[in-house]
Amino acid sequence: MTAALRFDPIRLPPECEQLRKEVRAFLAEEIAAGTFDPHKPNREDTDVPEFSRKVGAKGWLGMTWPKKYGGHERSFLERYVVTEEMRVANAPTRRFFVADRQSGPVLLKYAPENIKMDILPRICRGEVCFAIGMSEPNSGSDLFAAKTRATKTDGGYLINGTKIWTSSAHIADYMIAIFRTSPPTKENRRHGLTQFLVKMKQPGIEVNPIGQITGQYEFNEVVFTDHFVPDDHVLGEVDGAWKQATSELAYERSGPERFLETYYVLTELVRAVGNNPDTRSAEGIGRLVAQLHTMRRMSVSVAGMLQAGKEPVVEASIVKDIGTVWEQALPHRVRDLAAFVEETATNRETLENQLSFAIKTAPKLTIQGGTTEVLRGIIARGLGLR
Amino acid sequence: MAESENIVAETAEKIFADLADAQTINRDKKGEWKAPLWKALTEAGLPLAWVPEDCGGSGASLAEGFGVLSAAGRFAVAVPLAETMLAGWLLAQAKVSSPDGEMTVVPASPKDRITVNSDGSLSGKARGVPFAKAAKHIAVLASGNGSLQIALVDTAKCRIEAGIGLGGDHSDTVTLDKVRPVALKPAPKGFDQTRLMLMGGVARSLQIAGALESMLEISVRYSNERVAFEKKISKFQAVQHNLARLAGESAAALAAATSAADAIANAGAFNDEVFLEAAAAKIRCSEAAEKGGGIAHQVHGAIGFTIEHVLHRYSLRALAWRDDFGSESYWAVELGKLVANRGADELWPLVASR
Repeated sequence: MTAALRFDPIRLPPECEQLRKEVRAFLAEEIAAGTFDPHKPNREDTDVPEFSRKVGAKGWLGMTWPKKYGGHERSFLERYVVTEEMRVANAPTRRFFVADRQSGPVLLKYAPENIKMDILPRICRGEVCFAIGMSEPNSGSDLFAAKTRATKTDGGYLINGTKIWTSSAHIADYMIAIFRTSPPTKENRRHGLTQFLVKMKQPGIEVNPIGQITGQYEFNEVVFTDHFVPDDHVLGEVDGAWKQATSELAYERSGPERFLETYYVLTELVRAVGNNPDTRSAEGIGRLVAQLHTMRRMSVSVAGMLQAGKEPVVEASIVKDIGTVWEQALPHRVRDLAAFVEETATNRETLENQLSFAIKTAPKLTIQGGTTEVLRGIIARGLGLR
Repeated sequence: MAESENIVAETAEKIFADLADAQTINRDKKGEWKAPLWKALTEAGLPLAWVPEDCGGSGASLAEGFGVLSAAGRFAVAVPLAETMLAGWLLAQAKVSSPDGEMTVVPASPKDRITVNSDGSLSGKARGVPFAKAAKHIAVLASGNGSLQIALVDTAKCRIEAGIGLGGDHSDTVTLDKVRPVALKPAPKGFDQTRLMLMGGVARSLQIAGALESMLEISVRYSNERVAFEKKISKFQAVQHNLARLAGESAAALAAATSAADAIANAGAFNDEVFLEAAAAKIRCSEAAEKGGGIAHQVHGAIGFTIEHVLHRYSLRALAWRDDFGSESYWAVELGKLVANRGADELWPLVASR
């Protein structure tokens, strides 16, 4: 075995508790004002630009980034608190979530100074939405099979090909995508892909919505036809995107969004069961809460290790593996337990509507952002098996 | 406390490595390894780690002692170390001094009760008491006249019906019939049986997590040695994914147990948050013992099912430890009641309290 797994018992520092109060108060105000309904995760309007700007104005976007780019130089643990409170409240985070979690950090690391100065402050103000261009019609989990070409031309590149399953592309201002700049080599099949910043809503980019089984239209097909990207939009090393992908995974895979996606059904179950549960309900709820608590402690632990400058890639993959499998099963377990809830439960309709949506959402949870199979491969590599 | 800073746990680890090697123990059919191991542990002050110096112990911190239990789990140690530590801890709550030698704790299940009679003697029955047969003394939590008392009892005065648990260690029924205790003092204010059960439960959680760490390690090693269909079985994706799931169960157990231990070691008060930590640890670690242990056996195939192989030392003890100080089903019901009682909108604040 290469190294023992570590999950240090991190305690959130006192400043996190103050922040948590502020976030809860803000969300309560927004709910009261009718900005969103926390009991309706299945609403259509998950993109709420005004809400996004308010979150930015609160200083809760780009929290860990340098101040010179509009960031707030706060800790990963503080960002963690904001993320989990937003998620539990079913707040409409679609517009800013990807930019804040993932795209901003990539730009910070690889973008030229002028682009950082241009875009990062706008992310922090909640003004711009990002999409991630990874999957293609014939390359999903097998990222390095991507074929969409970036062909060198005067002052930049011409992009031709198709990305697919691209969440939020229909509202996104930018996409961070990988394109093929060279063929793979015999020695290294991962060679030849380059990461680019793409400005959306430009000539040569066509976004076609794709309906999902939930009834929503969150992901898209994005077709590039001789779309021009300037040289300074190359992020990092030409042909070397594979070197850049791995270290960010710990950030992407270990957050509270990896086990809280269907959490709302558990809250509603507790409400429906009431204060004096029978033994069956009590045991069922107790087990689910114990499992949830454990995952959250694992996830907080990874955030703490990231804050301490470590790179817990295997631990982060474990959090996503266990977390997504759990949140996928959760609506089904809640359905089992809800089978004997009294007809008179006041929130019966809410619970049933939520369960219907959560059960339809469930299949995607172990696919998006790295399938269970890919994650287990990464964990196996960490264990020294491959 | 990180384990690397825990000198007490390092001392324990070294003693286990020298005197409790699983392979050596597994070959020793007469149990000759036990006496030297216990002697070394005693000389290092580990069985009474949680007893202050003025009560006859070595006065280690709760965090240091929890580190010892993790190490004991990694070696699936089959001497009453955890039990003696818990007994010493219980006695110290009432400032009762700890004697030398092996001890255990009564009750060891949330449903058993021992009562203090009006003449100060103790009566009652406790089931599933670990290592009662090997213990010279028993630390007892008993109730009488509306208050809780902590007692030190000579095992010879009790009736012991020997039983053997899943892991091959003693799990006995202890009957006290008007037993005169060696010492009897009131439990401190706020102390109750739930607290004792949760402390025992966290000890078992750490041991299960430790055993799973070892099961993961030996399963990975075995998969890298064993050849089938002309390649190492670690190269088969099905085996890799099984081991990844075992790593996940091991990680969940480790995180739940160490988090609960940290919560107890730093608790100002015994509140709902500490209850959640301790109950959740016992529930999740017990679930991991079943799932993780099952995978470890699957990876090992028939050899892991033999008495000669060491795997059962970890897998069966982890399963047995689920039953002590309240099973996962018991704690799930209790935790579920607590959550329901607080109400739906108080669930998230409870989960997000640390």
